[in-house]
Amino acid sequence: MATTMTPPAADPVTLMPKKGARARPLFDPPIVKRALADSFLKLNPRTMMKNPVMFVVEVGAAITTLLAGKEMAGGAGVAGFTFQITLWLWFTVLFANFAEAMAEGRGKAQADTLRKTKTETTARRLLNGTKSETVAATQLRAGDLVLVEQGETIPGDGDVIEGIASVDESAITGESAPVIRESGGDRSAVTGGTKVLSDWIKVKITSNPGETFLDRMIALVEGAQRQKTPNEIALNIVIAGLTLVFLLAVVTLHPFAVYSVATSGSGTVPTVTVLISLLVCLIPTTIGGLLSAIGIAGMDRVMQHNVLAMSGKAVEAAGDVNTLLLDKTGTITLGNRQAVEFIPVGGMAEAELADAAQLSSLADETPEGRSIVVLAKQQYNIRGREVAEHEAHFIPFTAQTRMSGVDLDGRRIRKGATESVVEFVHEHGGTVPTELMDVTERISRSGGTPLVVADRDRVLGVVHLKDVVKGGMRERFAQLRAMGIRTVMITGDNPLTAAAIAGEAGTDDFLAQATPKDKMDLIKKEQAGGRLVAMTGDGTNDAPALAQADVGLAMNTGTMAAKEAGNMVDLDSNPTKLIEVVAIGKQLLMTRGALTTFSIANDIAKYFAILPAMFMATYPVMNKLNIMGLHSPQSAVLAAVIFNALIIIVLIPLALRGVKYKPMSAAALLRRNLLVYGVGGVLAPFPGIWIIDRLLGILHLA
Amino acid sequence: MKQLLIAIKVTVVMIILTGVAYPLLVTGLARVFFRNQAEGSLIRANGKIVGSELIGQRFTRPEYFHGRPSAAGKDGYDGLASGGSNLGPTNQALIDRVQADVKKFREENPAYTGPIPADLVTASGSGLDPHISPASAEAQVARVAAARGVSLEAIRQFVAAQTEGRQFGILGEPRVNVLKLNLALDQAAPIKK
Amino acid sequence: MTANGILQIALFFVVLVALTRPIGAYMAKVFAGERTWMHRLLRPLEAGVYKVCGIEEAGEQHWTGYAGALLLFSAVSMLLTYLLLRVQQWLPLNPQGLGNVGEHLSFNTAASFTTNTNWQSYTPETTMSYLSQMIGLATHNFWSGAAGICVAIAVVRGFARHSAKTLGSFWVDFTRCTVYILLPLAVVGALLLVSQGAIQNFQSYTNAATVEGATQTIPQGPLASQEAIKMIGTNGGGFTNANSAHPYENPTPFSNFLQMLYIFIIPAGLTYTFGKMVKDTRQGWAIFAAMSVLFFAGVFVTYHFEQAGNPNLAKLGIANAATAGQSGGNMEGKEVRYGIANSALFTVITTDASCGAVNNVHDSLTPLAGLVPLINIELGEVVFGGVGSGLYGMLLFAVLAVFIAGLMVGRTPEYLGKKIEQKEVKMMMLAVLVLAFTILGFAGAGANLGTVGSSLTNHGPHGFSEVLYAYSSATGNNGSAFAGINANTPYLDTTMGLAMLFGRFLMLIPLLAAAGSLAQKKLVPVSAGTFPTHGPLFVVLLVGVVVIVGALTFFPALSLGPVVEHFLMHAGRLWS
Repeated sequence: MATTMTPPAADPVTLMPKKGARARPLFDPPIVKRALADSFLKLNPRTMMKNPVMFVVEVGAAITTLLAGKEMAGGAGVAGFTFQITLWLWFTVLFANFAEAMAEGRGKAQADTLRKTKTETTARRLLNGTKSETVAATQLRAGDLVLVEQGETIPGDGDVIEGIASVDESAITGESAPVIRESGGDRSAVTGGTKVLSDWIKVKITSNPGETFLDRMIALVEGAQRQKTPNEIALNIVIAGLTLVFLLAVVTLHPFAVYSVATSGSGTVPTVTVLISLLVCLIPTTIGGLLSAIGIAGMDRVMQHNVLAMSGKAVEAAGDVNTLLLDKTGTITLGNRQAVEFIPVGGMAEAELADAAQLSSLADETPEGRSIVVLAKQQYNIRGREVAEHEAHFIPFTAQTRMSGVDLDGRRIRKGATESVVEFVHEHGGTVPTELMDVTERISRSGGTPLVVADRDRVLGVVHLKDVVKGGMRERFAQLRAMGIRTVMITGDNPLTAAAIAGEAGTDDFLAQATPKDKMDLIKKEQAGGRLVAMTGDGTNDAPALAQADVGLAMNTGTMAAKEAGNMVDLDSNPTKLIEVVAIGKQLLMTRGALTTFSIANDIAKYFAILPAMFMATYPVMNKLNIMGLHSPQSAVLAAVIFNALIIIVLIPLALRGVKYKPMSAAALLRRNLLVYGVGGVLAPFPGIWIIDRLLGILHLA
Repeated sequence: MKQLLIAIKVTVVMIILTGVAYPLLVTGLARVFFRNQAEGSLIRANGKIVGSELIGQRFTRPEYFHGRPSAAGKDGYDGLASGGSNLGPTNQALIDRVQADVKKFREENPAYTGPIPADLVTASGSGLDPHISPASAEAQVARVAAARGVSLEAIRQFVAAQTEGRQFGILGEPRVNVLKLNLALDQAAPIKK
Repeated sequence: MTANGILQIALFFVVLVALTRPIGAYMAKVFAGERTWMHRLLRPLEAGVYKVCGIEEAGEQHWTGYAGALLLFSAVSMLLTYLLLRVQQWLPLNPQGLGNVGEHLSFNTAASFTTNTNWQSYTPETTMSYLSQMIGLATHNFWSGAAGICVAIAVVRGFARHSAKTLGSFWVDFTRCTVYILLPLAVVGALLLVSQGAIQNFQSYTNAATVEGATQTIPQGPLASQEAIKMIGTNGGGFTNANSAHPYENPTPFSNFLQMLYIFIIPAGLTYTFGKMVKDTRQGWAIFAAMSVLFFAGVFVTYHFEQAGNPNLAKLGIANAATAGQSGGNMEGKEVRYGIANSALFTVITTDASCGAVNNVHDSLTPLAGLVPLINIELGEVVFGGVGSGLYGMLLFAVLAVFIAGLMVGRTPEYLGKKIEQKEVKMMMLAVLVLAFTILGFAGAGANLGTVGSSLTNHGPHGFSEVLYAYSSATGNNGSAFAGINANTPYLDTTMGLAMLFGRFLMLIPLLAAAGSLAQKKLVPVSAGTFPTHGPLFVVLLVGVVVIVGALTFFPALSLGPVVEHFLMHAGRLWS
């Protein structure tokens, strides 16, 4: 359903853009290799303790190891039941560790690449303006001035205070096209580790060693300071609580079994190994094993979209956002106005108007001027002319005249703001058709800009310049609305124009003639109503609002102040990406919910596998509960344990990639996910355990 | 401390309200409007209380309709030991007891050959169930008729007269009050002792 | 199952639905302190209570204050009952001259009535004086019910209020609940029961000369007044040992119908009150619907297996199928006037709610029919549930459901505009753990002890069910029993008394804490991205979570009790 209007970053169907330069295959061999090693390192009980569910599994595995050892000392072979259970319990722990290590590994690989750019750089520190000294980059302090010339690496974060240069920021952004950095304005920030490609700049360093953007970025992608997010903690409480409940259910099963064996007069009380197996199968190991991997992978996914999230909390908050504040220019509109229509007045022919407009714009290199040439070509097939053969004299636009045009072959064609052109016509003794005002009024009201075209004393007509809304935005906003997110367009335009553009783009609301204070007030108002707000910004005056917003996405091209204030930085500086970030946040929460539901739903089948197996000897009628027809008690228990371990591996890709997300209402999403992960979670283990049971039979393992 | 004081005061006030005033109010109103029921729906014969129409009695003689087995007290139908047998469905004692009752019933009612109605050989929940099902009455008709020397039809008419249908035509089950049926029989066709 | 049986069940439900809204709306007004049509009559009484007790009507309490007041009141009133039972012999209104009650039994009974459990380890007719019944026990029927309702209202206020520090005043809520809701319902309810034949007097026991010449002692007493509040307050402690199977407690099918309504009327009404208070009655009806689904599931399972009867009895030539003249099925422990349908219905209702009154002997239920009350209690009695406790229990599950599945819509879970975060989750899980720990922990310990084994009437898996049922009933504050267990031993009296106290108060406190935290939160406005908690999908989800969480916790235990007994019964295995 892609439309030709779609700009590169936006995919109107999925909301998820193509991944940035940082995308890696899911199972990148070097990452897998490192993750395998890490899986074993993570067995350290002190590390495991942070994950109560998997810690219980590890303790269980340790106990069965002792039991297996005792059995083997007594002559049991490797194919012994306890031994096999032990093996699979350790696998369960290792698989969970592997999932986490895989998720971390991707970040670590990223960090390694970044570290390479941090290799010894030197800086030329300026002393008293003229003299300079060469020092190591690590010695720079905030406030130092350095000179960076063509081919040199910028030694630290800072603001350009003099000069202009094209800078290669691919080390940070992964984007190879160079960007311009100049003093003053919102394009003055430079980042340490990036390279000056041409010209020179003087930079005032703004951060101390170890606190640079690059340092922070390395720490972030590596997950070194990863803290559990609020939601993750709450979920951990739930699964830890469930683990306790199941621990209790299994522990008390022992006295119940003692009573049952005594009253029935046959069978034996289930062994510790079997009880541990039941416990491991019941506690939510699937979500317990994958929970931290999901969180890390969520951060990583944000990174793959070239957004640097300062905390997992920010990503989580993105999923909760109720209100999106979007700047008009660059986010909703392309940023340039374009000619869309020629409207002749006073009985002029449209073709004549188009011809004059095109002539006057041939030398006009502004996007508006070019768009007039293009429109004339599209509509009247008026080609570019070689104006040099005529005696053409181009009049450039100035702020005073507010007109531009061309004098050629005796014609004096002008185009410009209404009042200016009208005055020009009056000067030449012409009159203005009354309908002109109607036309210009109408264009203004529709959010466009009227450009009046005249030739000496004749008004030819009006060119309708329009703010062009990016393709696919309307659909995206509709999707956001379906997800329950309100979009507010922020613009400096007057309310009339703002309303028109907001209407065309399909945002829910707009804030016209917005000052930074207005923006701040809007955020506070929304938050007071219990809503979470996300916004983008790049300028220093955006900083307070970025800090106030729940999700503040700063543009990498923006000022350091903005980048410090936000809790995410978009390295591509594409404000539309806020929408993707929201989608990733939602996906992160959904993946947790889906795997939790799946994990708990799985237990039903495991009961049907293990309980009959436990008590078949005590009460042979228990076999009626063996609805899967598993062929022996031992194989039933083993099959359930194996299934429980393997499901972790099977779900690693899902945990890392996140569940598929399509924007739709919460009700529709819930219905879908409940069906897939809830009902699916109940059903899936039945065939799974059955197949493993058969395989165990065929391989004579149980 | 203030809260403790409130707690004590509330307890006292509420005892008066819910523990004294409430039952006295209900007792007073009940006495005015439903005196017979409030005092136990007692049945008197010759000035003596013979029982309550709501409380089942033990009947063993052939000329009386028998009620259900009772687990109330040692011999059953002990007004101070209401309750059921508490025997579970897989309890040998339950099966043994029912088997014995079935045997006894078959011996006492040789004329009846159909399946025995479930209520007639199972103990009630209260041990004081005043009723049997119409089918259980029918199963005993032949015995009672023989013992009293009246026709089956005559007995059946008494049974029918004492059979209550579902309350309001829908609630509960049809039932026969054993005490009232036996008293009616005694009144109409007294047995000479 | 018979057509008439199904019709009676349907009729009951229709009447319940019809009463839910008026009662619920009335209760919402009462707790908001608004004027109702009962004010003309009862306002002076309410104001009088405040004045005498020194209660500030406009006072508000933080959750800790609310919980503190509740605990204080419970402690004082429990102590009072304990002391009363210990000395009843020397007090008036004891025409039978009954002796003092022993210390373990007194503790057990005081705990039992204070916690709305009303487990009775004794035979009332031969243990409790009229004074003890009236002042020591019947009063608790009001108080423990009112306290439960207060907690539910406080919890709902947690959802309904925002940016607030307080949850209301326990003393005011308690007084209003007693004066405006429980007392009027109880007076009307008691008189209706008397009209059907329930006794209400202060005479000594009657000695009747029976037709066959024996003597039958017929108990008397102020029964109907206690009976009504026993049902309305979902208490369940009978005036007689046979409880609602006793013809004096429950004389006719209509009184039986009324008693079942009494149990459900406040719990069902509270779902509407809840909807009213959170200003979205659809939310209340969704809870009502989820409860109804579980209710019908329970009723029809029980009814089916009871009507199918005991195959071991069928073998003896007994009619198991219903005919026009008799109801068939498993009549052991049942009364003829109720038959199978009404007994099954009553069993499910009394355990859906934390009532525990019984109109038939649960111990004699067929195994899978007996599984239903057991599981009802173990799920936390959230199907309409105890007065108040049913609603707050179901809200606990709703929060859990929203938390587990709510993440699947890609937002921080929220319920009724309140974000469910760490603190709430912690408190909710604590409550779930208390339930599981108390039931399974005590039952696990009990199953292994010889002292319990000798208390059992039945053996085999059924004996195990008796132990499990006893502790489930105590923890769940139900009070019904697989009564074959002789619970009046020092060990059982004490441990079960503790189970009741844990099951009540250790559940209440975390819930009130969660409510306190919820009340402080801002309200998140509803949008298309909000997890909808009023539609059929949520109802299905809620039912699923209740069943799965409950089943997963108790399935192993249940499989060794009723489930295996069912198979064994059909295999003809018996235990002596």
